[in-house]
Order: sequence, then structure tokens, then C-alpha cells
Amino acid sequence: MSTIERLPLAVDHLPEEKRAKYEADPILSARDLVITFGRVIGLDGVNVDLYKGEVLAVIGDNGAGKSTLIKCLTGAYTPDSGDIWLDGSKVDFRRPQDAREAGIETVYQQLAVIPALDIASNLYLAREERRKGPLGSVLRMLDKKGMKQRAGDSVQKLGIQTIQNMGQAVETLSGGQRQAVAVARAAAFGSKVVVLDEPTAALGVKESGMVLEMVKQLRDSGQAVILISHNMPHVWEVADRIHIQRLGGCAGVISPQSHDMGEGVAIMTGAKTLEQPPS
Amino acid sequence: MSSSTSAAAAEFARRRQSPVQRLQGLLHSYPWLSPLILFAVTFAFFSILNPRFAEPGGISILIQQTAIVAALGIGQTLIILTAGIDLSVGAITILAMMIMATLASDGGMNGLLALLIGIAMAVAAGFLNGILVTRVNLPPFIVTLGTLSIFTAIALLYSGGSSIQQDRLPRLLNFLGEGFGPRGGLRLTWGVVLVVLLYAIVGFALSQTAWGQHVYAVGDDPESARLSGVASKRVLLSVYTVAGLIYGFAAWALIGRAGAATPNAITDANLASITAVVIGGTSLFGGRGRLIGTLLGALIVQSFSFGLSLAGVNQQWRLLATGVLVLVAVTVDQWIRKVKA
Repeated sequence: MSTIERLPLAVDHLPEEKRAKYEADPILSARDLVITFGRVIGLDGVNVDLYKGEVLAVIGDNGAGKSTLIKCLTGAYTPDSGDIWLDGSKVDFRRPQDAREAGIETVYQQLAVIPALDIASNLYLAREERRKGPLGSVLRMLDKKGMKQRAGDSVQKLGIQTIQNMGQAVETLSGGQRQAVAVARAAAFGSKVVVLDEPTAALGVKESGMVLEMVKQLRDSGQAVILISHNMPHVWEVADRIHIQRLGGCAGVISPQSHDMGEGVAIMTGAKTLEQPPS
Repeated sequence: MSSSTSAAAAEFARRRQSPVQRLQGLLHSYPWLSPLILFAVTFAFFSILNPRFAEPGGISILIQQTAIVAALGIGQTLIILTAGIDLSVGAITILAMMIMATLASDGGMNGLLALLIGIAMAVAAGFLNGILVTRVNLPPFIVTLGTLSIFTAIALLYSGGSSIQQDRLPRLLNFLGEGFGPRGGLRLTWGVVLVVLLYAIVGFALSQTAWGQHVYAVGDDPESARLSGVASKRVLLSVYTVAGLIYGFAAWALIGRAGAATPNAITDANLASITAVVIGGTSLFGGRGRLIGTLLGALIVQSFSFGLSLAGVNQQWRLLATGVLVLVAVTVDQWIRKVKA
């Protein structure tokens, strides 16, 4: 990791135990990301550092480049220039599958779950486990029972009590429960970074609460989480640090302790600028 | 919060359901149940109408008549599960059949080699459909509408448009028409055995392997499947290719069944196979259905056809009955899907 310099961190105001996780090297770093679409500049030299055990929220107005930034980090777009490091080594994602294989899991806004399949099948989709012995190796038979059991464990770990039967079709679940399945799926496979794209956008108050609890649970288990959200109260509730995107660039990184919601929105909309925007 | 939630969940589970709701839930959980009930009712009805229907001889005829459409229904089910449709079922089958028969008779080719080339052509035809759907991104309806005409034309041009009778073909090509009688007047052909085997193999692949899961996933929500890491296009391509392989086997069985290779055989194959799939409870929107339903669907349609002809009813009534059956089946299916979990 000696090849890249850390971004300045404004975490001095944090309590001791919260500062500790910033002593290790970042798990994910991006430097000078630039991407253009014809004449439109999508990203104009954006830098990001993400640490283990933190929730980094990304906020910004429509068109500020937050989706574009996330798509670059998760392999959906390939930046024109700039570098991405994951866990100390440089990575070059050409498609989402590359990012997933490297350990960056994304929960998409449109919920990439298959309604007709059951919960266990959804958790293990495209990562199915086969039975031991010739049934698995020759007949390629799936280990449905084992997958159901382990799916149950993963969902339990996130503290979701309302889902019991892993053989239940996902279409019979509520929106929050579906979101839980998607998050459990992202967290289940030893991933290094979990990216959540507007996880509470379509949910009611109670269900949002459940999902936010799940995000905290994920962070407390040492997972690095990126959260994209339009919902400021949700961001201020769960985020450790907040990356503000504005006009394709980063307008600054703040924390819920350093700035209140009003100031955050002011920076986001350009009504206010940070004194020392980290370059 | 958790205790109140689980209490609410328990309350929810205890809520009173009317018998109709319970039936709806049951039919939703077991998609093969409604075609099974329908088949049982159909079978009982025609057995009462004419006892010969349920005699071993009658059952043998029913099974043999069902075999070809049931075989084509396997390929059609796979494609419909991916939210596609195959209008070139019959055309591919005829093409493969005429190639096998022409090579073996006029070409004097070894029976096994002719058979393999015929099946390979069916696989190639299915692969071509798959390429047009996945690489050229044309809708399956349009692709197979086009290839329906193309394959039919090639079959006619290649064979000269005339039938090739059984006696001009090597035994291997006629083999699936030969039969055996297990017991008490029941008579099965090797073609029937082959079709049952195909159902077992494809049924296993669909329900027990990762490939099967991916077929359902791609049919239910292709974008989500892709985002989840399923190689959607490769799965689709494999489905069309496997369907072609199955049509190739069906072509072989058809020679045995018809006692000849005739370019204008099974003109109703497209609609018959789609009807069997739909009555079997597979959704035309993809992602939902069971292969066994298609077998039952094919049996139901054939029961009507055979039962009505045994009863001496005009064949046009059979057509009418099939039409009514399709509409009823789809209506019942829509109702079942509205179930609240």
C-alpha cells in the first residue's frame, strides 16, 4: 500500500474507539477517477478511501456523479483514467463480475433477486454448491439442504427474525425482507466491500429501520460498507463518514459528528463550501 | 421489537382461511397439482363415457399418441420458461426427420450415421435460433417465425417433398416404432421409453442442477439474473440448443410412430406443444412451471382427442374442446398466482 498516499482524514473529533479503525490501511482506494460520456464529464478526478468496519455514505444531488462513482468502483463502468486499489493491490474491473470476484458485492436499487426462486436459491444464485461425491461431481446435483441451512445462518447473522423458512419464494416476502435477502447475499461470501444502492428508497418506516439495523450489524462485524442514499436522516443515523459528490467532483468528506444535516445539504447543493476540501 | 414481530407473524399464520383460499394456496405451492387433477377428471370422464378408453389397449394408444407432442413439449417448456416461445418446433423436427430418412434411403447411408447427422442438424437449428435470440437480440417469436419458414423450406427442398416409406429405411430409424408388451395387453413402444427417459433427464437437470436454477432465473427476471452473476446469454443459448437436441430425438421417434418420413407430418406441432405447456401450468411470461406439468398437459389434450373420437364425436369438437381447455387452464393459472402467501 506504500504506492499510494492516504487521503487526509477528518476524524480527530471522533471518540477514541471510533478512530481506531482508521489506523489500518484503507480496504478500498480510488485516485483521480475520470470518466466522460461524450462531452459530459461524469467524474472529474474523484478520490475515495474506504476503511474496514466503517459505513461510508455517498450523497449528492441528481447528476452529481454518485451513481457514476459507484459504477466505476463496482465494475459497471470502466473509468477513462485513474486507479483503484483493493486490499493493497491495484485492480482493473471490466465488468461487474470482475468486481464481485475480487470481493466487492453490490446490492442494486432494483433489487437483484429472482421473485420465483426461494430464499436459499437466491442467496446462492450463480454460486450454487454441489453435493459431495459422484452425485455432485458427475450428476452435478445441487446440495439444496446444505444451502438452505447456511442461508438460514447468514440471514440469522443479520438479525432478521421475520424470515424463517429458506424454502419460501422471494415473491412472498415484503420489500424489507427482500432487501434483507439481497444484503445477506452480498455479505455471505467473504466479501471485502458491500455497496448498498438506496437500500431504503422503496421501504416504509418500520422496514427501513430493519434495514438500517442490518447495515449497522454488517459494519460491526468488520465489513466495509458504502451506502448511497437520498435519505439524509438515514445517512446521519448509520454513516461513519459522508462523501459528498457535487458536479462530478468530491465536495468534501464530513461526518455526522462534524456537520449536521443542514450543513451537509448546503455543501451538497453548493450553498456552502468546506474550508479545506480534501483534494 | 422482535417479540412483537414474531407474535404478529404467528397471528398472521393462524389467520382463518376459507377452504377456497386453502385450495388456492395448495395449488400455488404445488404447480403440478392442477394439471394432475384435470387429467384425473378427464380420464375418469372418458372412461365412464366409453369403458374401452381405460382398457390396456386404450391406454396404450393414448400413450403412444401422446409421446411425440410430449417430447416436443420438453423443448417448448425449456424455451417458454425463459420467457421465449418456439414456433419452429415442427419445422426443426421435420427437417431432422427428412435429413435422416433421405440420407439413409436415397443416400444409402448407414442408419446410425444418418440418425446422428439428422440429430446434429436439429441441434444446429436450435443453436441458430439461440444465436439469433442472444447475439442479434431479436425477440424469440420473430426468430422462430422466420426459422419456421426457413427450416420447412429446406426440409421440402432437400427431400423433394415426397414421403419415404418405412420399408425403404434401415431398421434403426424405424426402431422406436417397435414395441413390447409388459403385461395384460398393454403395449409400449421404444419411442415411449425414450420420451420417458428424456423427461427424467431434463426434469432432473431443471430441478436439481445449477443450470436449471439459472433457466428459471433468466426467465423470471433476466436483468436481476445478470446482476446476480448468471451468464444469461449463455444459459439462453444452451436452452435453444438443448431444445434442438430434443427435437432431433423426437424426429427419430416420429419416423417409428408414423411408419414413414413425411414432410407434411405433425402440422399442428407448434400449437400442440405450446398448448401442452400452457395446460401444464407453465407461465408464458417465463420463470414459473414444472416439466411434469407439460407431460400431463400433453396427456390431457390427447385424452380429449382420443376420448371424443372413441365416443364417435366429430373431430371439430375436439378442436373446440382444446381451445376451451387452454382458456380455462390459463384463467385458473392466473387465479392461482394471485395467492397471498
